[in-house]
Amino acid sequence: MAKKNLSVWTSIPFWRRSAAWVTGFASILLIWLTFDTLGQITMGNDADLKNGVTKRVPAPTVINYHIDYKMSAKRGHEVPVIGEKEPFFGKEWSDKEARALLHLGKLTSQAKNCMDCHTLLGNGAYYAPDLTKAWLDPAWSKTGSMIAMTGKSTREEAMAEFLQHPSTYPTHARMMPELGITAEEAKGLVAFLKHMSSIDTNGFPRNFGKEEGSTNAH
Amino acid sequence: MLTSIKTNQFEGNASKKLAMMYFRVAVILFGAQLLMGLIAAIQFLVPGFLFELFDFSIARMVHINALVVWMLYAMIGATYLLLSDETDVNPVGIGLGKLGFWILTAAVTVVVLVFIFVQVGAGTEASIWLITEGREYIEAPRWADIGIVVVVLIFYFNIFATYMKSKVKTGIMTVMIANLLALAGLYMAGMFYTDNISMDQFWWWWVIHLWVEATWEVFVGTLAAYALIKVIGAKREIVEMWLWIEVLMLFGSGILGMGHHYFWIGTPEYWWEIGALFSALEPVPLIAMFVHVLYDWGKEQGAANARGEIASVIKNGPVMAWLVANAFGNFLGAGIWGFFHTLPQVNIYTHGTQFTAAHGHLSFYGAYATILIAMMYLGIQQAYGAKRMKMNFNSKMALFLLSFGVMGMGIALTIAGYEQVLVERAEMGATWNAFFVAQNLPWYVQGQLWRTIMGVVTLGGFVYLILDLFTIGKKAQAEEA
Repeated sequence: MAKKNLSVWTSIPFWRRSAAWVTGFASILLIWLTFDTLGQITMGNDADLKNGVTKRVPAPTVINYHIDYKMSAKRGHEVPVIGEKEPFFGKEWSDKEARALLHLGKLTSQAKNCMDCHTLLGNGAYYAPDLTKAWLDPAWSKTGSMIAMTGKSTREEAMAEFLQHPSTYPTHARMMPELGITAEEAKGLVAFLKHMSSIDTNGFPRNFGKEEGSTNAH
Repeated sequence: MLTSIKTNQFEGNASKKLAMMYFRVAVILFGAQLLMGLIAAIQFLVPGFLFELFDFSIARMVHINALVVWMLYAMIGATYLLLSDETDVNPVGIGLGKLGFWILTAAVTVVVLVFIFVQVGAGTEASIWLITEGREYIEAPRWADIGIVVVVLIFYFNIFATYMKSKVKTGIMTVMIANLLALAGLYMAGMFYTDNISMDQFWWWWVIHLWVEATWEVFVGTLAAYALIKVIGAKREIVEMWLWIEVLMLFGSGILGMGHHYFWIGTPEYWWEIGALFSALEPVPLIAMFVHVLYDWGKEQGAANARGEIASVIKNGPVMAWLVANAFGNFLGAGIWGFFHTLPQVNIYTHGTQFTAAHGHLSFYGAYATILIAMMYLGIQQAYGAKRMKMNFNSKMALFLLSFGVMGMGIALTIAGYEQVLVERAEMGATWNAFFVAQNLPWYVQGQLWRTIMGVVTLGGFVYLILDLFTIGKKAQAEEA
C-alpha cells in the first residue's frame, strides 16, 4: 500500500517547489534592484558637474572642485558637497586627463594592494586607516600635521609626497611600507582618493573629521 | 595523512581517489593560512616585524587567499567523494578531472610564489593580469582567474555528466548540481576591471556575499545531509526534506541579504531596509540546521535503542563531532556574530573595524572549516574501509584546541573592535588620527595580544589535526583486522 502523505508539511515535493519559488523570486528581485542600482552608481559626466547635477559617483573631473562633507538636514546624515573650482596639482584637468589620472590611480591602488591594509568604502583590512574620506582628513589641511611634516604647501602635494616615501614620514610605530610608488602613480592615487571622497556613501563614515579634543579612554 | 591516503583502498573508484588528492592539498593550504595569520597578528603587536620585507598586506593577502583556496579544494574534494554514493554509475571523466587537479595546483603554486616574492606591481593593466588584482579575497591575477574557470568547468562536467547518466536522482545531487552552477558562475562577476570603485565593490560582493552567505551555505547543507546518512544512518527522506527547507530559507534570506553590504559603498538608501530585513533573517536557517543535526542524532540513537541495540549509531566519531561543531559554529559565528552588526544603525559605526574581523574568523571556522574537516575524516574512513572510526586523544585535542583557539580569537577581536568602534568611530570621527588613537588603547592592544595567543592555540590544534589525519585511518583498520 502506498503511504499517502498526511500533511503538506512533510511532503518533499512541496518543500522542493517552495525552495525553487522562493529562490527564483529572491533572484529576480535582486536582479531588478541591480539594474536600478547600476543606473544610480554609474559615473556622472563633466557636464553634470558644470550644471550642478548631483550624482552618487561623480565624473573624474570632480578633482577640479572643492569637496566638503556636510550634514544634510533633509537626509539626516553627512553628504559630500561639491563646491567651487580649485586647482589640483596646480592646474585644471580636462575630462580626458582626469579620466586617465583616475585610471592610473585606481590601477595603482589594486597593484599595490592598498585594500590588504586599509579599508576603501569600509571594505578591506583593518591594519591601517579607512580611506573613504581620506582626502578630507584634517591632518592634511593647511594647519594639519601632515603638511608640516612633508614640507609641502597643498593637500595633494603633501599626500603625493607621503605616498612616495611613507616610512620617511611616520605617523605611528605602525608605518606604511615603501611600495615603489612613482610620482605619477602618487598623483593618480591622490586623484583616486579625492574622487572617492566625493562619492555619496549615505553618511559613512559618520562624524568624519569632527574630532574635538582627544579621548580620555586611556 | 599524506602517506595514508596514497595507500587507500578505493580500487577502481577514481572519483574518491581524486577527492583525497584535493583534501591533501587543502590541508597544506590550511596550514599556510594559519602561519600567515600568525605573522599578521604579530605585526599588529610588533609593527617592525618583517617590515618592508614581508609586510602585513602580503601576509594578510596570503592568509585570506589560502583560506578561500583550501576551502574550495576541500569542497571540490567532498563533491568527488560523495559522487559515486549519490549516483548509480561510475563517475564520468575522472581522468580529465585529475588533469584539472594538477593544472589548478600548479596555478595555485605559481600565484602564491608571485604573491610572496613579487608582492606588488606598477599601476598598469599588466600587474592586474600577472601579479595581483588587489581585490580582497579574489586577489588572484586575471590569468589565474581564467585557469580557475577552466578547471571548474572540468569539475562541473564530471559532476553534471555523472548526474545525467545516473538513473537515480537524489535530492542531495539535485541541490548540488543547481548550487554548484550558481557558485561557479558567480566567480565571473569578479573578473573585470573598472575605474569606478562603487561599481567595483558592487560586483565584488556578488562573488563574496553570494558565495559565503548563500551558495556555500547551501553546499554545507548538502554535505551535512550526505554525512548524516553515512555516519548515523539517518533516513534519506528526512534529511532531504530538511535540505529543501534549508535551501528555501538560506536562499530566501541570503540572496537579498546582500543588501547589508550595500549600505555605504555609494549604492542607494533602499538597501538599508532590504539589507536589514533579509540579513536579519539569515540566522534562522542556521538555527534550523543546528536543530536538524541534533534531532536526527537523537532520533536514530533512540530508534536503535528501541531495537535493543546498545552501541552508538555513530559510525565515525570525529565526523559526528565536527558536524555538531559545524552546526553550532555556523549558528554562532555566522548567525549571532553576523547579526550583531548587520543593522545599518549599528553597522555605520562597526563597518570596517575589528568587529568584522571577529565575525570573519568565527564564521569561516564555524560554518566551513568544521564541516570540511568532517568530510576529510569521512574520506579517510572510506579510504581504509573501516566500519567504525572512533575519536582518540589526537582527534579530541584537534577539535578542542582549534575550536577554543578560534573562539578565543573571535572574542578577543570583538573586544578590540568594541574599543575601536567607541573611540575611533563614535568619539573621534574615523580620521587617520582617530584610527591610531584607537589602535593605542590599552584594551585594544590587549585584545590583539589575546588574539595572537589564541592564534597559537589554534595552530596547536592544527598540529594535532595533522597527526590525527595521518594515523587515525591505520588505527581504525588495525582495530578491525
